[in-house]
Amino acid sequence: METTASSTADESPLVLLVQPLFPEFAAALAGRYRFVLAADADPAAAAEARVLLVPGLAPVTAQHLARLPALELVVGTSAGVDHVDLDTCRNRGLSVTNAGPAFAVDSADYAVGLVVAVLRRVAAADAYVRRGRWAADGDYPLATKVSGKRVGIVGLGNIGSRVARRLAAFGCAVSYHSRSPKPSSPYTFVPALLDLAAGSDVLVLSCALTDETKHMVNREVMEALGKDGVLVNVGRGGLVDEPELVRCLRDGVLGGAGLDVYANEPAVPPELFGMDNVVLSDHRAVVTPESMRGVLEVITANLDAFFSGRPLVSPVQLCTLNKR
Amino acid sequence: MPEQRLQDIASAVLRRGRDARRSPARGQLTAHSELTLPNAASAFHLSHVDDSLAHPPHNDQPLPPRTHHNHLPPSVPAAAMESLGVLLLHPMNAYLEQELDRRFRLIRLWDSPPDARADFLRSNAAAIRAVVGNAGYNADSALIDALPALEIVASFSVGIDRVDLAKCRERGIRVTNTPDVLTDDVADLAVGLAIAALRKIPQADRYVRAGLWKAKGDYTLTTRFSGKRVGIIGLGRIGLAIATRVEAFDCPVNYYQRTKKEYPNYTYYPSVVELAANSDVLVVACPLNEQTRHIVNREVIDALGPKGVLINIGRGPHVDEPELVSALVEGRLGGAGLDVFEDEPNVPEALFTLDNVVLVPHVGSGTHETRQAMADLVLGNLEAHVLKKPLLTPVV
Repeated sequence: METTASSTADESPLVLLVQPLFPEFAAALAGRYRFVLAADADPAAAAEARVLLVPGLAPVTAQHLARLPALELVVGTSAGVDHVDLDTCRNRGLSVTNAGPAFAVDSADYAVGLVVAVLRRVAAADAYVRRGRWAADGDYPLATKVSGKRVGIVGLGNIGSRVARRLAAFGCAVSYHSRSPKPSSPYTFVPALLDLAAGSDVLVLSCALTDETKHMVNREVMEALGKDGVLVNVGRGGLVDEPELVRCLRDGVLGGAGLDVYANEPAVPPELFGMDNVVLSDHRAVVTPESMRGVLEVITANLDAFFSGRPLVSPVQLCTLNKR
Repeated sequence: MPEQRLQDIASAVLRRGRDARRSPARGQLTAHSELTLPNAASAFHLSHVDDSLAHPPHNDQPLPPRTHHNHLPPSVPAAAMESLGVLLLHPMNAYLEQELDRRFRLIRLWDSPPDARADFLRSNAAAIRAVVGNAGYNADSALIDALPALEIVASFSVGIDRVDLAKCRERGIRVTNTPDVLTDDVADLAVGLAIAALRKIPQADRYVRAGLWKAKGDYTLTTRFSGKRVGIIGLGRIGLAIATRVEAFDCPVNYYQRTKKEYPNYTYYPSVVELAANSDVLVVACPLNEQTRHIVNREVIDALGPKGVLINIGRGPHVDEPELVSALVEGRLGGAGLDVFEDEPNVPEALFTLDNVVLVPHVGSGTHETRQAMADLVLGNLEAHVLKKPLLTPVV
């Protein structure tokens, strides 16, 4: 099915794209919607478009949104929507949807994998073996136990609650910090992030990046987590003061880190490359066929709901984000 | 000085030392410093323990004077403890070595050059009543034969496949191991390896460190861990701890072992091949013995298949290693997370270029916390033996 820049007799609803769809998505959604790249849209299409689909994490700015007067819905394909100008969306009364829980399972699994990998030095020990050092230099130094560690989770949403359940099964004591306590949760709520850090051996970041949460993990928090403490980030790089993180790791103020996200991807601070107490990953926590299928279902469900006037499946609550 | 004369002196000194230790008067123990013979033949060992001991001392260095740090109150048990000659087979743990030296009479096997080992054992045989081994070095048939005074083997491991149990039973030698204290560590690692192998965590780390992550849109697809069917060979302490963890990932749990038990949530398979055929992740968690050697063979590997992942936290010989390597290299097996190998510390180099395997150097119990607990169990078992109390964790 061709995607043309102008309206045709095709009855499929028009959906503008911020960037091209992943091939898998394009194939799955072909025939149901008429996709046009926003940058290529002719004036008629731009004036008509009610939906903007955001594959990937390309920024959606006020300027992008200003070109689309009929816009009503921004469909995200990720868990985090910090790359979308949410202030503008709120002011214009736009709806925004995200990936909902589609990525939560894989994010949580990956976070746990990073916790074990950092504490037990799995990646460093693997490198040790591959370099032939086991035969040459003897046994790998002792690491530290995962079971029984005190874990603090920042953000007990879809991802955080799954991380909690998994690490509890490893015998970890789980506490959490979030905007408000979750009464149905069996875990201990800690109102202040600094207190959570001080009382934890491992701090896992699984919350949204907003004006409030930007750089929430600063020097003070890292000092509180401490020289034996470990930070794991599967949220957004912006949650952490990255230059300070590098200094704290370099100076032994912080014990270790497992990072899937960074302030300025794909740039990763090269000082981290020489550290054995750090596990680095290329923002792949959710890159599984299962998550891709899941997000496709959510996108399709949101688009179908929108075009048939039904409630959206995974709307983002704009009024509670970016409060000043 | 002629070799024989040196040996005579060493033997006389050894006897005097034993007699001195048997005396309840504390003052006698300081006579040890008189027994120091710099550059003596290593009939007995006089070195103090270096806390930073990472490598065995070279034998051409002069032996430093023995320093005593005895914290036990004056008592018969103290003397009895001190008279227990303990042969430590390998510098496996600094704390353990230090405590063995402090509480008992420590003899370090690596003090003798490898080619003079038989003589070393002969010279010390009368004194050696206990052996402390581990997964890699233990009281095998030859060693037991060389130690007529051996009463107890206290292994710094839970697996005692390298102890000749039959011979120990024959000779009435007790054997202890270190169960339970390392269960959590091994289970944590097993699940960590499974996630690392399926999600390619070490590969991501290598990729980023090599500067290969150039574009935000680069992506490597890996498969989800949650919900994968986990098949466990051996649902003992470690197997059950693994099952508990993977249940939190909504993984269906299957198992095989010699006897089926009533686990409402776990599915029993009567053979390892059937277990492998019905699992996505196969975990080896049983003891190594004659029946379980190569329990993961070609047939099992084929049944696990090109999307299957093998996790071995048992012993290298549980798996037919050449078959495993060729299956991984050829893509007939999807991936592996391996903590143990047939010929440690040698790992088949064909595995080094594979991104779907995770290789770690037998670190299953390799945490400060657990090794301390294991050492305390070894020490506790030896003390119980000396005091004629029930052993803490006997196998034989």
